[in-house]
Amino acid sequence: MKMDARPPVLAADRLTVEVGRRDVCRALDFTVQPGDTLVILGRNGAGKTTLLHTLAGLRDMARGAVLLSGQPYAAWPRGHEACLRGLLAQSQPDFFSATVLETALVGRHPYLGRWDWEGPEDEAIALAALATMGLESFAERQVPTLSGGERQRLAIAALLVQQPRLYLLDEPLAHLDLHHEITVLDHFRDLAASGAGVVMVLHDINLAARYASHVLLLDGEGGHVIGPAAEVLTAERLSAAFGHPLRAVVDGNSTLFVPV
Amino acid sequence: MAHGQVAKPGATSSIRQVRRRAGLVLAGLVLAALAAFAWSLSAGSLPVTFDDLSTALSGGEGSMEVDIIRSLRLPRAVAAFACGGLLALAGALMQVLLRNPLADPYVLGISGGAAVGALGAILAGAASGWIDAGAFIGALGATLLVFGLAHGDGSWTQTRLLLTGVIVAAGCGAAVALMLSLAPEGRVKGMLFWLMGDASGATRPWPALALLVVGLLLAMPFARELNLLARGEVTARSLGVRVGRLRGLVYGLGSLLTAIAVTTVGSVGFVGLIVPHLVRLLIGNDQRLLLPAATLAGGVLLCAADTAARTVVAPIQLPVGVLTALIGVPVFLFLLARHPR
Repeated sequence: MKMDARPPVLAADRLTVEVGRRDVCRALDFTVQPGDTLVILGRNGAGKTTLLHTLAGLRDMARGAVLLSGQPYAAWPRGHEACLRGLLAQSQPDFFSATVLETALVGRHPYLGRWDWEGPEDEAIALAALATMGLESFAERQVPTLSGGERQRLAIAALLVQQPRLYLLDEPLAHLDLHHEITVLDHFRDLAASGAGVVMVLHDINLAARYASHVLLLDGEGGHVIGPAAEVLTAERLSAAFGHPLRAVVDGNSTLFVPV
Repeated sequence: MAHGQVAKPGATSSIRQVRRRAGLVLAGLVLAALAAFAWSLSAGSLPVTFDDLSTALSGGEGSMEVDIIRSLRLPRAVAAFACGGLLALAGALMQVLLRNPLADPYVLGISGGAAVGALGAILAGAASGWIDAGAFIGALGATLLVFGLAHGDGSWTQTRLLLTGVIVAAGCGAAVALMLSLAPEGRVKGMLFWLMGDASGATRPWPALALLVVGLLLAMPFARELNLLARGEVTARSLGVRVGRLRGLVYGLGSLLTAIAVTTVGSVGFVGLIVPHLVRLLIGNDQRLLLPAATLAGGVLLCAADTAARTVVAPIQLPVGVLTALIGVPVFLFLLARHPR
């Protein structure tokens, strides 16, 4: 591997991931440099979440290596990896109530010592992230009173509070309306432009085409295609990966993919 | 991003407001604990004066009143307070561990195992020390059994742990029923009292109090990690929490606290279930505040309930577990009805 002054935000080296006896991907190689946005596409059950959790260091891989800022997860001091990469997981039910501000402050955990309490600076960071997600007037609300889309924006705000270098997003647009889909993706594009790396699982091919610099297409049987977005996103490849025919429609400078 | 104004000034102080409120609640609970102790030491068939109390507590020589306070009422009050605190702390820990608001210290079969051990000892006609030992061994045995069965394949799912606990508890319930039906007439009452929870025989309360302090001190450094665990395993792990180690600690600590509590006062119900919920309503679900507050509130509740149990229909003594359940059932049903989901 070429050693730059600054290592890639994330690298997969001959990565093979398995679920049970099935392969999610075999010998996957890629790097995510600062500024890159890699979108993972694939049909239901292709293993997108499993792969993302492996990239987040939460799951063992069958073979190969995942390098976060140049080092395997195990080489980072315990807990420090959470300052470098953040994961937006698929939403889970909350069994205990909490306020919106408390939930956003969760993202400060990696920066606090065992006996520390969140201070005014932490609160300011959390309130700024809530404002970014349009939730500034919700700080005192109890989470169970929020709608599904508001909860999703809160989860994104908590991730922003974590301020990692690498953002791993599992279906960040779940439950969001059209306006918030675009504002969320715009925000992550801005973060990438300022030096972060973004890896996200999306279901909307056209939004992927609009925001991705690179695309990883999983075929659900262990095979994959990865490369610059314009090269990977063709009607032929997408039709094969999703098992449904798609047609490319050219509209000015952009190409839209429409199911037949 | 569409956002008009920044957060209002009122919102910026909100975590401080929450903490000030929690501080007030904690201070109130400390005062309530002192009041509960004062009531417990002074209430009873033999009226005592303030001088008797201070003499008894300062270790001076004195009258029969002083003697009664020191040798009867004080151990009992300490035992009730310590065990109430142990159960409430264990309940709060189990609710986070299992991510289930309905979890209590007994949900993993600990009280069932303790009951089998204690009733077996009573049935065999053992002395009170052996009954305690039987309860403790039974509690730890059930803990290990549930842990071993639920972790047979090395995975950890809350549902599997819960189901295993419920099944082991059901098995213990059957064994308890069998022992009750086989027991000679003279021993059934003692067995029933043990099952319902009873602090009258608690002559050695100090281990429970010491474990209460140690347990709280052990849990507090992990309180913020517990907040994350309550939000789910993936969230906690992605923020750097060593979930496996934390779960092991919570499971072991919760089981030990519960085992000592049931060994000391029997299986007192509902303290471990409702106290954490009551405290959550007051100060929210930050474990750094919830754990100490629930510990104090559980101690106050059981100390007061035990005093009531031995005075309301004196000279008859009620088993304190009956009182806590009589208070606990309606309060819990009320809480359940207004739970958001």
